[in-house]
Amino acid sequence: MAGPPTVIERPLPSSQHSAAPVIKFEDVSLAFDDKRVLDQISFELPPGQSKAIFGVAGSGKSTILKLAMGLLKPDRGSIDMLGQDVTQMSEEELFKLRRRIGMVFQESALFDSMTVRENVAFRLMEEHDISEDEIEKRVREALSFVELEHTMDLFPSELSGGMRRRVAIARATITRPEILLYDSPTGGLDPVTSTTIIELIVKQRDVYKTSSLLVTHRLQDAFTMASHYFDRKTNHMEHLPQGMQCEVPMNFLILREGKVIFDGSMQELKATKDEYIREYIS
Amino acid sequence: MELISPTELAKEKVEAVQDYAVLAGRSVANLFRHPRYFGDIVQQADLIGVGSLPIIILAGLSIGAELALNSANTLEQFGSLSLIGKLVSVGMVTELGPIITGLMVAGRNASGMASELGSMVVTEQIDAMRALGTDPLKKLVAPRVVSTVFMLFFLTIIADLLGLIGGGIIARLIFGIDSRQYWNSAWQALAFRDVFTGLMKPLFFGFIIATVGCYYGMSTRGGTQGVGKATTQAMVASSVLILVVNFFITKFMMAVLGPH
Repeated sequence: MAGPPTVIERPLPSSQHSAAPVIKFEDVSLAFDDKRVLDQISFELPPGQSKAIFGVAGSGKSTILKLAMGLLKPDRGSIDMLGQDVTQMSEEELFKLRRRIGMVFQESALFDSMTVRENVAFRLMEEHDISEDEIEKRVREALSFVELEHTMDLFPSELSGGMRRRVAIARATITRPEILLYDSPTGGLDPVTSTTIIELIVKQRDVYKTSSLLVTHRLQDAFTMASHYFDRKTNHMEHLPQGMQCEVPMNFLILREGKVIFDGSMQELKATKDEYIREYIS
Repeated sequence: MELISPTELAKEKVEAVQDYAVLAGRSVANLFRHPRYFGDIVQQADLIGVGSLPIIILAGLSIGAELALNSANTLEQFGSLSLIGKLVSVGMVTELGPIITGLMVAGRNASGMASELGSMVVTEQIDAMRALGTDPLKKLVAPRVVSTVFMLFFLTIIADLLGLIGGGIIARLIFGIDSRQYWNSAWQALAFRDVFTGLMKPLFFGFIIATVGCYYGMSTRGGTQGVGKATTQAMVASSVLILVVNFFITKFMMAVLGPH
């Protein structure tokens, strides 16, 4: 049963923080031509936790995810993913590491010449040693998780924006990755569809306890994630009772002009005196 | 329009050549690495080979016919009309067959590859593929290179044959040359070096078409406008390279195997 709320009586025991982080950015900087996008960024994501990254457009949020996946190389600094420094790895080594990580892209990035079934099955088919029956079973499972089983034979162009995001989530999660990276999963969607997507992310977080980084410019999405848990009985996202928090801790990281200006919990975020952040969250 | 300094421009060009060399080199190296995408190779072979068949048939027939038509007038002045088969067969097999097939497939497929891969780049599908742990150079580029080289070889043979048929039709219908005489002359004119030269060329041209098309596709920047630009550049660059490389292969073969 996912996410039975736990009472916050004292800060989390230090042992929970002592485990090696699954993601660790240390002093990372990156510039495109003369424009500095990230400036000495450092943060960690402990195992089993979620972190939401905010910032206005162009603040370098999506770049952080691409750096974490090794799709871009930083100008300086180190990036550890699951204990491996991606800045020192060859492309061939990175392919192996990426198979342990799931990523949902900003505009879904589904392969438009493949059906939904082929898109979701892509990773399994690339394993080359999984039977057709097993692939079919797992694709159905992944699509039923996002409630899109009926779209298996459709092409991405035949789906709505929200459905495409859900298929992208199914594709990223089919192999049960150790880390999930979400790049603005609700960007460009209406509020109702956005809530559906956030509900799915909360469901993924609470059912599988996957560590995740979520990039968004919508603060309400991250607040919803921090203040809700997924109830398997009702099959819906429920509000956490006052003074309780979900099993999977949720933290926040705010970027401004390529620098980290906040890294902490929701309580710390609400209590901050920083004028820029107060204006941002109001 | 922003002006670029000559140094920057030179740097850009050198980098582009370097990137192309890396892509071309890796596409060859990937042939010997797992996984191998046989399904994708067959699919591309169908798209490139079978898809190009109608245009190659048409081009082969008409080029052969025109070659016969044009050369017949000159040959007639010297009373050597019977040599028309020889002229068409050597011309088609060593030069026109490979060149026409290469240029036709470049126009159709180098641009097609650039636009397809370019669209995948701008919609982040290439990044998604890398993020899913699959090397796009193995999954997308290598099958296109293998299929193009393989299919261009056979398309060239078809174009050569149809060129000869086209020439034969004109020789028979317009100049009244006996078909047996035409085919005898055509067959006897062909030496090993002609056939070897003619069949070596499509291997190089196929490699050029696929690697140039894929290179421009994979290096697309700037949205849909960038895709359009990549498509045009791929077609122009591959056609020019085919013409240049054709000259050097002919020259090299003449030096190695002796002139005709």
